[in-house]
Amino acid sequence: MRPKVRKYIRPKKISEYPNTPAYESGHLVSINAGWRTFIPIVDSKKCIGCLQCYLLCPDGVIGRTEEDKVNIDYDYCKGCGICAQVCKFNAIEMKKEDK
Amino acid sequence: MTNNTRFVSGDEAIAMGARLARPNVISAYPITPQTIVVERLSDYIENKSLDAEFLHVESEHTAMAAAMGVSSIGARAFTATSSQGLLHMAECLHYASGARFPIVMMNANRSLAVPWSIYGDQRDSLGLLDSGWIQVYCEDAQEALDMIIQAYKIAENPEVLTPFMVNIDGFVLTHTYEPIELPEQELVDGFLPKYETLNKMSFEEPKSLCFSTSPEDNQEFKYMQDMAILKSIDVIEKTDREYGDIFGRYYYGMTENYKCEDADAVIVTLGSVCGTVRTVIDQMRDEGYKVGLLKIRYMRPFPIEDIRDIALKVSNLGVLEKNISFGYEGTVYTNVNSALSGLDLKIKTKNYVGGFGGRDISKEDIREIYIDMIENESFNNRVEYIGKECEYNEL
Repeated sequence: MRPKVRKYIRPKKISEYPNTPAYESGHLVSINAGWRTFIPIVDSKKCIGCLQCYLLCPDGVIGRTEEDKVNIDYDYCKGCGICAQVCKFNAIEMKKEDK
Repeated sequence: MTNNTRFVSGDEAIAMGARLARPNVISAYPITPQTIVVERLSDYIENKSLDAEFLHVESEHTAMAAAMGVSSIGARAFTATSSQGLLHMAECLHYASGARFPIVMMNANRSLAVPWSIYGDQRDSLGLLDSGWIQVYCEDAQEALDMIIQAYKIAENPEVLTPFMVNIDGFVLTHTYEPIELPEQELVDGFLPKYETLNKMSFEEPKSLCFSTSPEDNQEFKYMQDMAILKSIDVIEKTDREYGDIFGRYYYGMTENYKCEDADAVIVTLGSVCGTVRTVIDQMRDEGYKVGLLKIRYMRPFPIEDIRDIALKVSNLGVLEKNISFGYEGTVYTNVNSALSGLDLKIKTKNYVGGFGGRDISKEDIREIYIDMIENESFNNRVEYIGKECEYNEL
């Protein structure tokens, strides 16, 4: 499940902060993918849906499609390449990302 | 004497106070430097006079971490420790105060190694004034019992939400026996309602607790913590009056004055030594010396206003403490002097330190302090060691 991103509106007054460091769970306030230099690209024709990459992604950013194949949430993928390394069907290729 | 009078040690008084506050969980490390407090509480759970869980943990660090877990589901936590144990908790003390968990803890003020000593002084808790906890220092077992009950009321106030450390002098109070009045459970229940908090772990309304912040937001949370402890001064005063109205014992909030009105010299001190100071004051007043006591009850929040009030009336203050910040002076003295800054008063202050590692502060020591304060026009040493067992080199 993709994380829900909710825009963080910085408080203008102290009273707008929660009174303790505790707040409603279940969302993130920013995307986080700025470290990436190589981006994993999935070839859905080669993917057989074994879900090895889904299981081993350290950031949990690989999702399952309805056809039991995979897609990648590029808002949070750090480009570590573990998914491409573990794919036995060469269905994931790491491509240099132009920024 | 009433039907509720009990002859107990300070430790038992604390345990009885904790039982009356109906904690849900006691988490504690049972071995040295632990006191009998948690042993009694485990007895109460065993004999079913206290309905709580007892968590035997492997260290004081874990005792506090477990107490945070308890508090994070909106339950009431109690723990107790002393000296090295308190220091072992130090990391978690900041964590608990930052998270704003209203945990109540008893600390038996005992010396820190080395030289190794199991006896009393106040270097343990005074070294942790910056940990974000409210700190109260008690004079006797009755005050200690009463303060455990008040502690929950103050700590759990939504404006305060700050953990609370009740300090009593090791051995002098923890291991001596005195008669105490045990409050009625029904009255305590009326005074201290069940703890309710919005910020807790819950399936219905999941929350991220103890979250991280970027540098852009961190300082604001520290400011709110600071403000909460400052605001607790009003809550402390109000709670003390309310407690007195119900149970008949008032402790006068942040500080207590004893015979200060016309005093030429006032000792400012904290903890059990206040009792000895009162006795010396009574004796010296019979001889014509105008001497008084300002008993500091709370070190955090610090009683700035009370210190300033006394300084407007009395121009000779001696701060007596069982503590030294090596290379400088006693921390209580530093705090007192800081409260006086900006007042533009011609006032004489001096620091008397002693009672380290269990050495008694005698009536004669206190008498000598008053005589020194009255007779010496100027002070060569800001810090004077009292109760010397041999001659000390002067710098």
